Amino acid sequence: MSVTKTGTVTIEVDGRPLDAEEGATVLQTLRRHGIDLPTLCHYEGLTPASACRACVVEIEGARTLVPACSRPVQNGMKIRTNSERVRRARKMVFELLASAVDTSTYPELQAYMREYGADPARFGDDVARVSEPVREDNLLYVRDYDKCILCYRCVEVCGENAQFTFALSVAGRGFQARVDTGAGTPLPDSRCVFCGNCVAVCPSGALMPSIEYHMREAGTWDEGRQQVTTTTCPYCGVGCPLELHVQDNRIVKVTSPRDHPVTYGNLCVKGRFGFAYVEGAATAPVAPAATGRD
Amino acid sequence: MERNPARPLTDEERTNVDEVLAGLGFADTTPERRHLLPALHALQAKQGWLSPGSLSYLADRMGLAFPDVWGVATFYAMFRTQKPKGPRVQVCNDVSCRLRGGEALLTAMEVRHGPPYRFTGAAHSPAGGDGVMGDSVATDRLVIDWEAVPCLGLCDVSPAAMIDGRVIPNATVAGIEAAAVKEGREFVPGPPVYPPAATASAPEVRRLFARVEHVDPASLADYRRTGGYQALLQAIAMGPEAVIAELEQSGLLGRGGAAFPAARKWRAVASAPGVHWVVCNADESEPGTFKDRVLMENDPFAIIEAITIAALTVGAEEAFIYVRGEYETAAARLENAIRQAEEAGLLGNDVAGSGRAVHIEIVRGAGAYVCGEETALFNSIEGRRGEPRNKPPFPTEVGLFGGPTLINNVETLANVPLIIRDGAAAFRQYGTARSTGTKLFCVSGQVQNPGVFEVPFGTTLRQVLALAGGVAPGRRVQAVLCGGAAGTFLRPDQLDIPLTYEDLQAAGGTIGSGALMVVDDSVSLWQVVLRVADFFREESCGQCVPCRIGTQRQWEIVARMAAGRERPHDRQILHDLGAVMRDASLCGLGQTASNAVLSALPLLEKGMEA
Amino acid sequence: MYGAGGATTSYEEMEHTSLLFLWGANPREAHPIIFHHMLRGIKNGARLVVVDPRFTSTAQFAHIYLRVRVGTDIALANAIGQVILEEGLAHQAFIENATEGLSAYQEKVARYTPEFAEAVTGVPASQIRTVARLYAQAPRAIIAWTLGITEHHNATDTVYALANLANLTGHIGRYGAGLAPLRGQNNVQGGGDMGALPNRLPGGFEVENPEARARFEAAWGVKIPPKVGRHQSLMFDGMEKGEIRVAYVIGENPVMSEANHARVERLFAGLDFLVVQDVFLTETAALADVVLPSALSWVECDGTVTSSERRVQLVRKAVDPPGEARDDIMIIQALARRLGHDWHYTSAEDVWNEVRTLSPLHPGMSYQRLAAAGGLQWPCPDEDHPGTKFLHDRLWKWPVEGKRAPFVPVDWEPPRETPDDDFPFLLTTGRRLEFYNTGTQSRAYHWPRGQMTYVQIHPADAERLGIQDGDLVQVSSRRGSLRAPARLDPTLAPGLLFMAFHHPDLVPTNLLTVDAWDPKSGTAEFKAAAVALKRVAPRGSWTEDMLGKEVSRHGA
Repeated sequence: MSVTKTGTVTIEVDGRPLDAEEGATVLQTLRRHGIDLPTLCHYEGLTPASACRACVVEIEGARTLVPACSRPVQNGMKIRTNSERVRRARKMVFELLASAVDTSTYPELQAYMREYGADPARFGDDVARVSEPVREDNLLYVRDYDKCILCYRCVEVCGENAQFTFALSVAGRGFQARVDTGAGTPLPDSRCVFCGNCVAVCPSGALMPSIEYHMREAGTWDEGRQQVTTTTCPYCGVGCPLELHVQDNRIVKVTSPRDHPVTYGNLCVKGRFGFAYVEGAATAPVAPAATGRD
Repeated sequence: MERNPARPLTDEERTNVDEVLAGLGFADTTPERRHLLPALHALQAKQGWLSPGSLSYLADRMGLAFPDVWGVATFYAMFRTQKPKGPRVQVCNDVSCRLRGGEALLTAMEVRHGPPYRFTGAAHSPAGGDGVMGDSVATDRLVIDWEAVPCLGLCDVSPAAMIDGRVIPNATVAGIEAAAVKEGREFVPGPPVYPPAATASAPEVRRLFARVEHVDPASLADYRRTGGYQALLQAIAMGPEAVIAELEQSGLLGRGGAAFPAARKWRAVASAPGVHWVVCNADESEPGTFKDRVLMENDPFAIIEAITIAALTVGAEEAFIYVRGEYETAAARLENAIRQAEEAGLLGNDVAGSGRAVHIEIVRGAGAYVCGEETALFNSIEGRRGEPRNKPPFPTEVGLFGGPTLINNVETLANVPLIIRDGAAAFRQYGTARSTGTKLFCVSGQVQNPGVFEVPFGTTLRQVLALAGGVAPGRRVQAVLCGGAAGTFLRPDQLDIPLTYEDLQAAGGTIGSGALMVVDDSVSLWQVVLRVADFFREESCGQCVPCRIGTQRQWEIVARMAAGRERPHDRQILHDLGAVMRDASLCGLGQTASNAVLSALPLLEKGMEA
Repeated sequence: MYGAGGATTSYEEMEHTSLLFLWGANPREAHPIIFHHMLRGIKNGARLVVVDPRFTSTAQFAHIYLRVRVGTDIALANAIGQVILEEGLAHQAFIENATEGLSAYQEKVARYTPEFAEAVTGVPASQIRTVARLYAQAPRAIIAWTLGITEHHNATDTVYALANLANLTGHIGRYGAGLAPLRGQNNVQGGGDMGALPNRLPGGFEVENPEARARFEAAWGVKIPPKVGRHQSLMFDGMEKGEIRVAYVIGENPVMSEANHARVERLFAGLDFLVVQDVFLTETAALADVVLPSALSWVECDGTVTSSERRVQLVRKAVDPPGEARDDIMIIQALARRLGHDWHYTSAEDVWNEVRTLSPLHPGMSYQRLAAAGGLQWPCPDEDHPGTKFLHDRLWKWPVEGKRAPFVPVDWEPPRETPDDDFPFLLTTGRRLEFYNTGTQSRAYHWPRGQMTYVQIHPADAERLGIQDGDLVQVSSRRGSLRAPARLDPTLAPGLLFMAFHHPDLVPTNLLTVDAWDPKSGTAEFKAAAVALKRVAPRGSWTEDMLGKEVSRHGA
C-alpha cells in the first residue's frame, strides 16, 4: 500500500483497503467510512481520555489492543475491528462497568451489553460496587456517581477543553477514584459556575438536570413525547443556539447543538438553566436543603 | 484562572504554606506547577498531614484550582489528607517481608495497636476530608497510628518498617514502639542499610557494585580515585555519535523491566526536534526490588556521572532523578553528589570544560507504583496525578513537558560509565549474545541471606539462590516469583533455567526488575498470590476500566478462592480477566497485573491449597 | 468609522489571533461563550491583555492586566498610540494606503506621553509601553470592548480612540485582526441593523440620505421623516420639557434599567398616555395606561436575532404563549391596521423576506439557509454567498477600495462626576455571570448561591470604615441612597465600589447612577458615579426588609 495523494493514506480494515486522512484517528476514519465501533468515554471535540477501552481494535504488529479513539492512522496499518480478541475485550469492559455502576440511565451501554452478550453477574453478587449516595446540593443538577463510569468527559469540559473553570478533578485512586469537587465540597461552595457543560457531556446519567432527574424519578420523563426546537438564547449578545426539549408544551431541558460554531454544544448557566421565567417551563421540586441565599 | 472560593484557613496553616513555598524559593512569586509535589512533601513534613484548608491556600498561592490540587494529593499514598496522631509508622505489608516474619509482625501490631491505616485511594473522607484517622484502641498504653504499606524496598532487612522516613530493619513490635516514642521529625541520613559481603564469590561479579562497601559514597575524591568521571571526560572527547555507537555495540538493554535497547532510545531522543530532557527513573517500587536503592546509596556519583553523559549525548540541559518517596537516604546521597559535582565543575553551567550545561534536579515520588511507568512518572514530575498517558506518542518524541525525553532506569544508567570507560567489548565479556553484561538480582523472601547479587546474565536461578544461602535447612523451594509482582511464578523444576531475557521469555516469564522472591514449602502459595492481587488493586491508578475494575475483581475472586469458596467458573473468569487486562489496559500496570495470578493457577491446581 | 456598525471579526478568529486586547469588557461573566473562543485562542498561544478598573474574572486570565482608573480610557489609548508612533511601530504602508488624517491624530496624541497617561489613568508608564509594543508587533490582534467603554458620557470618542489604534497598526480587515464590540443583549446588533436607531433605516442606511429614504418610501408607500429622531436620553429630555407626552414602550423596563431611575420613574409617571408591550408586568408597565401582553420572542414566536459577530440566527416557537399574549409582530400589525395601514404579514418570515429585498446586507439569508447553517454572518448578498467572517478586507486592497479609514483625534476628559469630600467613593456598575439586566428573566431560576446584589468594596476601605463582609451598608449619591449588603472584594482598587444591577426589587442600583449621557450615542454614564458609604447594621442582624431606597429631592 502506498500514499495515494498528499494527506491521504491507505489502511486495511478487516481485509478491505480504505483511504484515510493523515492525522485522523482510527475511529474518525472508520466512522467516516460507516464502520462504527462501540465508544463510551469518547466525545468528539474533547481530548480523548482513552479510558474506557471499548473502542479497542487489533492492529497488526501491536502487542496489545489499541484504542481507536486516540490512535492516529498510519499508512499501511492493518486493522481488525471485530476479531474474537477484540470482542472478548469489549465484552469484558461492559461486564466490568455494569458490575460496578448503575447503568439504568445509560441505554447505549445497555445496548452494547446485549450486542456483546455481556454477563456482569458472573463476577458474583457480592462484589464491590461504586456505591455513592445521590448528591443533590442545588436545584439545577443532580450528581449520582453511582452511575459514573469515570469517562473524564466532565473533567475535560470543565477544564481545558472548554470552560477553564476547573471545578472538577478526579480524586483518589484505583477503584476508589471519583470525580470530585475537592474534599467533597458541595457544589454551591465549590468553584462550579453551574454552566452545566459537564451535564451535557455526561454519557451515563450520573450528571442530570434536576428537572429531568425528578421527572424520571416520578416516571413522567418520556423522550418519545418530546420535541426539540432550535432557537437562540434570549440573554446576552453572543447568540448561542439553544435546543429546547419540550414535553407537553413544557420546556424540560435545554441543550446546544454540538456541531455549532458558536457554542460547540456549550452554554452558560443562564442559557442552560435560566428558562424558569417562561410560562411553559417545567420546574423541579424545591428541596429546602438545596435552596437558601448566601 | 480564577481564584478558589475561600475555605476555612487557620493562621497556622497559612504560615505553614507560606514558609514551605519560601523554603522552595517562592517567598513572593508563584511557583510553577512542577513544584507541587515538593511543596506537598514539605507541607506534610511540617504539619504531619495535608489539611483541606492548607491545600486550598497552597492552590491559591500556586495559581491552581483546589480540586486539581486535591486530586493530586489524594492520588499518592504517602500524602495524608486525614490527620494522624503521632509519628508516621509504616510497616511493610508485602510479599517478601510477609514471608520473613512480616505476617507475624503485622498480626502482632494489630493486636497491640488496632487495625492499620491503609491507603484506599478514597477521593475524600465522608466528613469532607477533615477527619482524624483511626480510633484509639486503648488508652492505658501506647497506641500507635500505624500503616500497612506496600513493599518499602527493604527486603534485605525484612521484615521492615519505617518511622518518619527512618528505616527499622528486622522490625519487631517492641522495636517499633521504642522508635516511635523517641522519633522526631528531623531527618538524619543513617548508615547504609545494605551490608554486602566485601568480596564476591563466584558466580558473583563486581562491576556495578565495585565501589559498594569500599568507597565512601559521600566523597567525590574517593569516587574519582576509583575510576569515577573518566567516562564523562572520554564521552566529551568522543562526541555524542561515538557514545551512542559504543552503547549500541554493548547491546545494553533497559534494566527497568521492558528490556528495550538503550542505544535506540538515546539515538531517537538525540535526533528529535525540540527541547530535550533526561530522566532517571529511580522510582523503584516493584515489590521485592531494592537494587536501585543499593546503587544510589552506595555509588551515587556513578548515577550522576551517567546522567551527565546521557544529557550531553542527547542534547539536554536539564535532567531529573525521580526517586521513590521512601528512599530518603538515597535522595540525600544523590543530592550530596550533585552539590559536590557542581562544585567540582563536573556539573552545572560548564560541564568539565565542555562549554555545555547540565543541571540535575531530584524529584521525590510520593507512593505510587504506577509512577514507575514512564509517562505516569512524567506527569508526576510535572506536578500532576501519576496517570499514564496514551502511547504513542512515545517519550522519545513527546515526553516530559512535551519534549523528547530520554528515560532510563538507575541500573541501566549505572552501566553507562563502565561501557564508556572500559569499552563495549569488556561489557560483552559477561552474559550471552542477546543478554549482555551483568544483572543485579534481588533475592528475598524465604532465603537465609537475602540481598542484591550481581551476576552475569546466564547464571542459573539455582546458582543465584545459592548466593543468598538458599532456603532454610529442611525446606524446599515451592515457587519463585521472578520479576516482582508483575512477574511470574517459576516452579521448582525450573531452577536450572539460565537467567537471560531469552530463556525466561521462552519459559513464559520475564526478568522484569530482577526480583526473585522465594517461597518455600512452609507456607501456602495462596497467601502470596492473594497479596499480589491485593497489591495491584491498591496500586491501579483507576484511569482505564480493565485495570480499575479488573484488578478489583481479580482480588475478590482470588480472595474467595483462597478462603476455600471457589465458584465453578472462577478460574475461567480469572483467565478471561487476565487476558483482557493484558490486551486492553492503558499501561503496563494493568497489562501485567494478572501475570503472577495466572502463572500461579497451575501450581495451585496441583493441590497446594491451604 | 469604517462604514458598517458591527464587529469586524468573528468568534472563530479569536481562536486564531495572536493578541486579544479586552478593554472595558468582562466576557468571562457577561459573554461566557465568546470567552470560550478567547480561551481557545489563549490555549493556541494568543496573549491576553485586559484593561479594566476591576481585576475581573476575565482579568484573572490575562497575561497583562492594566488597572485603569474609571473613565480614563481615552488617555490610555492615546498614550498607546503615542508610543506606537514615537517608537516607529506604526504600519506605515497600511496607513498610507488605507487611512486618512494621521497628522491630526499624531498632533493630538503627542502630549499623551506614557508618563502623562500614568498620572491620569494610574497605569504605569512602563506597562503602557509594553502593551503598545505588544499590540503593534502582534501578527494579528483583536480589540474587543463592552459597556466599560460605551456606558460613559464620551463613549463614542472612546471607541474612536480604540479604532485609531487599529488604523495605526493595520489590525483591521484581516483574518484574526479587528475590532469587536461585544453586544450586551441578544439582538442589540439586529435592532440596529433593522433600523431601530434614531438615525438609521434597515440595512444601515442613513435616514438623512434622500436616496435611501426613496428606496424605502417606494417599497412601503409612505413618506419617511427626513430627520434624525431622538435617542432615549433625548426622549427623556423631551419628556422633561413637556415636548413628549405619549410613549409606546416595547420590551423594555426603563424605570429600572436606566440611570438615575428616580427621575425616569417620575418622567414616565407624568406622561399623558403610556403604552407598554411586554411579556411581564414590569415596573414600567405598572405605570402604563394600556398594557399589551406579548409572547416571548425566543420561545413563543418565530423570528431572527443578530449576534455580536453579525450572525443572523433564527428564533423559533417551541411552546404556546400563555393567555392572550400575542407575537409582537402581530400586535404591531394590528395596531397599524387600526391606524389605517393595510399590513398583511402572515408570519415573521414574511417580514424577514421583505428585509431581504431592502437591506443589502441580508438578501442571501433565507429562513431555510439560516436554519441549515446555524445562522449566517452579514453581509450575505445572495443565496450562494457563505456569509462574511470579517469586514473591510477592502482596506488591504492596493490601492484601497472605497472610503479610507479616518483617524478621529479625540481628547480625554474626566467622567462627569468624580469623588469629592461629600461623596468620596467612585461607584462603577456591571454584570454578574448568573443574572441578567433587571432580573426579569434571571430572577426566577434557582441560582444556587442566592439572588442578591451587593456593594462590593475593597478590604482596605472596609477596614477603614469598620465594615465587615455581610454588613448592611448605605450607599448615597447626589440622586438618592440605598441599603445593600457589603461584600469585601480584593479585585477592586481602593476607593472604587462595584455594584451589579440585577435586583432592582431589592437593591435599585440605578437610583445612584448618573444620567449624563454621550451626545453621540445617547448612552448614559452608568459606569461612574460619586457616592458615600456608611455601615448601617452588622452581618446577621439585618433582614431583607431593611434593604431599600430613599430618593433625594435633587435626584428626582
